[in-house]
Amino acid sequence: MTDKYTKLVSQGLGKDVAKRLGLPQPVELRRHQPGAPLITGPVLVNGDSRGADDLATTLLGWGLDIRRHALPKEKLGAIVLVLDAVQHPEDLHKPVLAIGASMRDLAPNGRVITVSRTVKSAPAPASAAARQGIDGLLRSLAKELRAGATANGILLDADLATTSPSALGALRFFLSGRSAYVDGQFLTISSSSGSLPFDADKPLAGKVAVVTGAARGIGAAIARTLHRDGAKVVLVDVPAAGDHLAAVANEVHGTALQLDITRDDAGHRIIDHAVERHGRLDVVVHNAGITRDRLLANMDEGRWQSVIAVNIAAQLRINETLLASEHFKDKPRIVSVASTSGIAGNRGQTNYAASKGGVIGMVRSTAPLMESFGGTINAVAPGFIETEMTARMPFAIREAARRVNSLRQGGQPQDVAEAIAFLASDAAGGISGEVLRVCGQQLVGA
Amino acid sequence: MAAADAPAGTNTGTNGFASAERSAEQDKGIQGTRSAVIVGGNRIPFARTGGAYVKSSNQDMLTAALDGLIARFGLQDERIGEVAAGAVLKHSRDFNLTREAVLGSALSPETPAYDLQQACATGLETVLGLANKIKLGQIESAIAGGVDSASDAPIAVSEGLREILLDLNRAKTSVQKLKVLARIRPKDLAPDAPNTGEPRTGLSMGEHQALTTAQWNISREAQDELAFNSHRNLAAAYERGFFDDLITPYRGLNRDSNLRADTTLEKLSTLKPVFGKNLGSEATMTAGNSTPLTDGAATVLLATEEWADSRGLPKLATVLDGEAAAVDFVHGKDGLLMAPVFAVPRLLARHGLTLEDFDFFEIHEAFAGTVLSTLAAWEDEDFGRTRLGLDGALGKVDRTKLNINGSSLAAGHPFAATGGRIVASLAKMLHEKGAVDGRPARGLISVCAAGGQGVVAILEAA
Repeated sequence: MTDKYTKLVSQGLGKDVAKRLGLPQPVELRRHQPGAPLITGPVLVNGDSRGADDLATTLLGWGLDIRRHALPKEKLGAIVLVLDAVQHPEDLHKPVLAIGASMRDLAPNGRVITVSRTVKSAPAPASAAARQGIDGLLRSLAKELRAGATANGILLDADLATTSPSALGALRFFLSGRSAYVDGQFLTISSSSGSLPFDADKPLAGKVAVVTGAARGIGAAIARTLHRDGAKVVLVDVPAAGDHLAAVANEVHGTALQLDITRDDAGHRIIDHAVERHGRLDVVVHNAGITRDRLLANMDEGRWQSVIAVNIAAQLRINETLLASEHFKDKPRIVSVASTSGIAGNRGQTNYAASKGGVIGMVRSTAPLMESFGGTINAVAPGFIETEMTARMPFAIREAARRVNSLRQGGQPQDVAEAIAFLASDAAGGISGEVLRVCGQQLVGA
Repeated sequence: MAAADAPAGTNTGTNGFASAERSAEQDKGIQGTRSAVIVGGNRIPFARTGGAYVKSSNQDMLTAALDGLIARFGLQDERIGEVAAGAVLKHSRDFNLTREAVLGSALSPETPAYDLQQACATGLETVLGLANKIKLGQIESAIAGGVDSASDAPIAVSEGLREILLDLNRAKTSVQKLKVLARIRPKDLAPDAPNTGEPRTGLSMGEHQALTTAQWNISREAQDELAFNSHRNLAAAYERGFFDDLITPYRGLNRDSNLRADTTLEKLSTLKPVFGKNLGSEATMTAGNSTPLTDGAATVLLATEEWADSRGLPKLATVLDGEAAAVDFVHGKDGLLMAPVFAVPRLLARHGLTLEDFDFFEIHEAFAGTVLSTLAAWEDEDFGRTRLGLDGALGKVDRTKLNINGSSLAAGHPFAATGGRIVASLAKMLHEKGAVDGRPARGLISVCAAGGQGVVAILEAA
């Protein structure tokens, strides 16, 4: 899945030529490696609220090199813009223009992260305007950043502290290489649930996680990432994919379960396998999905029904079983793979987009049902990801699809997996009913 | 070792007690104090020779079957007590086939392994041998298996050329070497390919079975019907997902390539006979009611109950016991593939069981005629009295309990892999059946083998 263009323009003559011609200049993104520091370089924490002070103190406790004011000409690893107390659009200019002056000092693969409050919890039109304004501001800023730097936002619901567990979890995720291909996105923290991991390199230690569609592509990357983060993984795929499934299972020391998820008893089979073999079930990742593309004018019933059956009906049925099970009551996590097609639409994918839009609706509606036992459900919506499937696209279409995002490149399966691993962790306990896009800020869609 | 040999003056009370206990155990045969459970199995789909696995070696296929088993049961880096497997058609490079497959798999490299060969009974014999080791307390876990490739069969050079090449190796000077090479004649260059012929009779296995089929008056219709049922049952088992946790696809094959789900009795009846054409009687054995040459591999995970429990692994069935037999086919006293006919009554007698006490029968379908001749012999009163030493016929096998998920006629028969296929499938069937009339569901396995041999076994639901 090599992106030859990115390699070409990253160094030497190719870099000079691309610059002179004004061609897109993607860089190799900083991706998480076990043991890697959260971020290298000083972190500027901007903002004069109590929330900003608390956050700066916490970051200091993590051993980060904190600045409250930028030093001239000093390269910054990240800028955290704390706007939790902003009440009016006119309050924005001072902090925003202050970090503006530091933009040129942001290191390659740097981070800008805003911390603000949700619009729906705004007490007055002016504060709502300010909060919604941050949305437009951040998405625009993300498009201005270069060299692998990203901008993302954390939205605190109601009166949540800037240091609530999942706000800190999200901040760590955005600062780290785990969020390499997440750009121009917001994560809403809706409760003070959740806890930061004891071992930052093994945030899923002791967890048992099921991944559907784990034989190849994004599913295999999810299995590898959950295993790297400490989880025992049950890998599910259709019997016909069993050879690839076995290979991945043996690589990640998991167990392979050959199972068609559209079977009526799929949910029970998954729970039984996890509990009998591994003693518990903490995480279910609904990754299995198929495409049967056709313009609606040419769509037949088989293509439509099979996509709905695998991509959404199976998830709904399995979730029903999970929610009714006594084995899925200890802060369980469900993470579904949606798609930017389900948000922005895609020509030739009415069936697929209906199924992936369905996933988003399911996630939002299921979240309140899991609240009482500390469970969460979220979706991750990948954009253009470099897989065997996208490698088969015609060259020109593939090249175009790769570049129409703020990072000017396709994402890796690992990027999707990292977002899922974060949402599956204890640190994300205060995040539920959310859809996180992993798309490098694709230029279409929300 | 016996208490009677103990020198005088030792604690006779204790010795006397131990002696009584030991002899009671000896009466039961080697039962041991613990059972060997079948945790599950894995095989690759069987492929007709020259098909999907044409480029796969025995080692490739056995490793693939092992890796699927490891993935299914989470055995990565596990040190298994012992792995035993074998192949009937073996290259000289495969002298340590099973150990090499283990080293290429995800198991711990500290897992010992050995090869075993008993023709088509190889797979079942590995299960019985390893089960015995578990029962005796020698090992806690084991993997039994078998593999065969008729596609990648070893071809030897002719005996003449082999001698010349060995002499060439011993020759020291160039002149000596040239002299040796000059001995090569065109006839020496013809390769020596393996065949299924019996060394002592020159007859192929099919021709041997044709003699037996004719002897027991087995009709063409009965053979075709058995073949038809095999295909129908195997197809139905696939359809309901029976093999979802028994098979891992390999090289693009998801199902046994010999399976003809749409075959009919009419189609089978149109096939021309291939064996027994010179016997005087009507030839009845066709390519449809005989197994084709096949490539494939199968494995079975065995363990003590404690080992399975501590890993949260299933316990499908226990290996109760097994028995081997052989017949004098060379002098025509019995048919080449009839040894199980004699092994089963001996095994049943040891356990006080009759054919009525079984819920499943897995009789390997080398040929439809083999199965039907076996059943006929057991139903024959005269044979029972004169040859089996019984009061009458051994009994009747309930056909609704016979090979209910298909057997070798449909699945194919990669010689050494068949035992593993049958044991894993039967163990799952027994587990699903559970208890019958307050006793564990029980299954009988019968596998005939070249050389006039046969191995049979009893499994019970765990």
